[in-house]
Amino acid sequence: MDFDLKELSQYIQSKFTKDIIQNEINIDELILTVNRNSIIKILMFLRDDPNCQLKQLVDICGVDYPEKRERFCIVYNLLSLVHNQRVRIKVWTDEEEPIPSALEVFRSANWYEREIWDLFGVYFSDHPDLRRLLSDYGFEGHPLRKDFPLTGYLELRYDDEKKRVVYEPVKLVHEFRTFDFLSPWEGVQPILKNNDKTEIMPDKDKPHG
Amino acid sequence: MAETEIKNYNLNFGPQHPAAHGVLRLVLEMDGEVIERADPHIGLLHRGTEKLIEQKTYIQAIPYFDRLDYIAPQNQEHAFALAVEKLLGIDIPPRGKYLRTLFAELGRILNHDFNICAFAMDVGAMTPMLWGVEEREKIMEFCERASGARLHMNYFRPGGVAFDIPKDLVSDIRDWSINFYKFIDDMETLLTENRIFKQRTVNIGSITAEQCFDWGVTGPNLRAAGVAWDLRKSQPYDAYEDMDFDIPIGSHGDCYDRYLIRIFEMRESIKIINQCLDNLPDGPHKVDDQKISPPSRDDMKNSMEALIHHFKLFTEGFHVPPGETYTAVEAPKGEFAVFLVSNGTNKPYRCKIRAPGYAHLQALEFISKGHMLADIVANIGSLDIVFGEIDR
Repeated sequence: MDFDLKELSQYIQSKFTKDIIQNEINIDELILTVNRNSIIKILMFLRDDPNCQLKQLVDICGVDYPEKRERFCIVYNLLSLVHNQRVRIKVWTDEEEPIPSALEVFRSANWYEREIWDLFGVYFSDHPDLRRLLSDYGFEGHPLRKDFPLTGYLELRYDDEKKRVVYEPVKLVHEFRTFDFLSPWEGVQPILKNNDKTEIMPDKDKPHG
Repeated sequence: MAETEIKNYNLNFGPQHPAAHGVLRLVLEMDGEVIERADPHIGLLHRGTEKLIEQKTYIQAIPYFDRLDYIAPQNQEHAFALAVEKLLGIDIPPRGKYLRTLFAELGRILNHDFNICAFAMDVGAMTPMLWGVEEREKIMEFCERASGARLHMNYFRPGGVAFDIPKDLVSDIRDWSINFYKFIDDMETLLTENRIFKQRTVNIGSITAEQCFDWGVTGPNLRAAGVAWDLRKSQPYDAYEDMDFDIPIGSHGDCYDRYLIRIFEMRESIKIINQCLDNLPDGPHKVDDQKISPPSRDDMKNSMEALIHHFKLFTEGFHVPPGETYTAVEAPKGEFAVFLVSNGTNKPYRCKIRAPGYAHLQALEFISKGHMLADIVANIGSLDIVFGEIDR
């Protein structure tokens, strides 16, 4: 039996009443926000249930919302080739709380989780090999966090005297420029206080970018 | 005779190796000449694309997509443009859709042609590379005539395409496509029944459909394993709904099948290209909303309003309503998708790029285990790996 997106969402909801925090359909995409600790059983159910058959975990990614208490949203995108449907699962966590690794359900989770560990610093419990993946050997920090500066902290160059590559703190030839193109008469204005563009904000309030 | 202890040893493959298709450092644990373990170290081409896109307006983000998979840049722009349009809730004019489909398919040929040539060179055939690149050059000339750039087109914009094509381009592409059939046939005479090529590829790196699902393998590699799945058919976008084409599938999921799938897909792409050219609708190539697409140069000379729009569009950009979308296209390598989160400003809040090659390279260890050292080169070649999109 083929479900449409709404029926599918109700079907999954009926199976996991306690574990699903939020269930919405947004621009034809089904989004389920679930409890951190029930992620594995939900993924397993979605993979094996004949009405879901979401057999491919195509992507896991992180989103950082520094103003929230649980600041990281980890997004699992699943695809069913049988029913031609996509489902998105969301889990929230903070810097410390680990998320159970989906590796036992989908082998493809391996690198995606390593990447999220590398770029966001979200820890996955039971992951056998949680090394950094994309960043440099010996890199410190988690670059995709919103509080990590775009220019980073270290730059490297070849030192002709030492005959090797050396790391140095980033020196910008001219100041890093972020232009505020948001005009005051349209759209949202989260950056400006009192509609005053010249007001100098303390550094910690300044959004990056 | 005294017994000698045989130990496994580690071998570093790359980062600079012509068969690594870019900068791949592969740490191999070898038992004699058999691969026990392969640990790819990626990220040597990491440029922080996703972080950079967070700092740019939506229009400024498009050129970054060209620089992901630089073998076939068109298809990646396509995914981003579709994602932004989905969030904006706009529909683009038919001519824009057809032009996009046309160039997406040219991109597919760019990719498959280059991959087959590079793959053949990896397993020892020099001729296809020397000679297939010429065809790529011809296609890139078409790209140049449409957008001004051979490679990094920056052509697919939210709301349509950047420019209309010159009038004679339609007939020139048609002439080329007739000769290209001949080219594919010639290519096949070089490789398809070539004894050495078959020895290096048949039954090497076989994967089953179930394994493909588990490892997130998509695109031609999935179809080679016998799964008839193509986003152009199953979740059609732009003009693909109107197109008549077939999806080739393989049966063994080995290197040879993956090669054959690409050959057949090039023929199907030509079919789509010809349908695009035959049925190319008249009318505008982008939406008429000047909040999203720039006014014509002509208008700008005469209208103050148009000049203001142009200025605002290329400084502030446009605001995208808050929301999120996961939009995927069938890129030549597999499912290329953009997970775009907007917070209502003129810059993406988060733009995650789902690259097909990432999942394929991850599966490399599992595919290559138990094979000989020389086979790992065939596997990398046949999986179609380009580091621009993997490292991002």
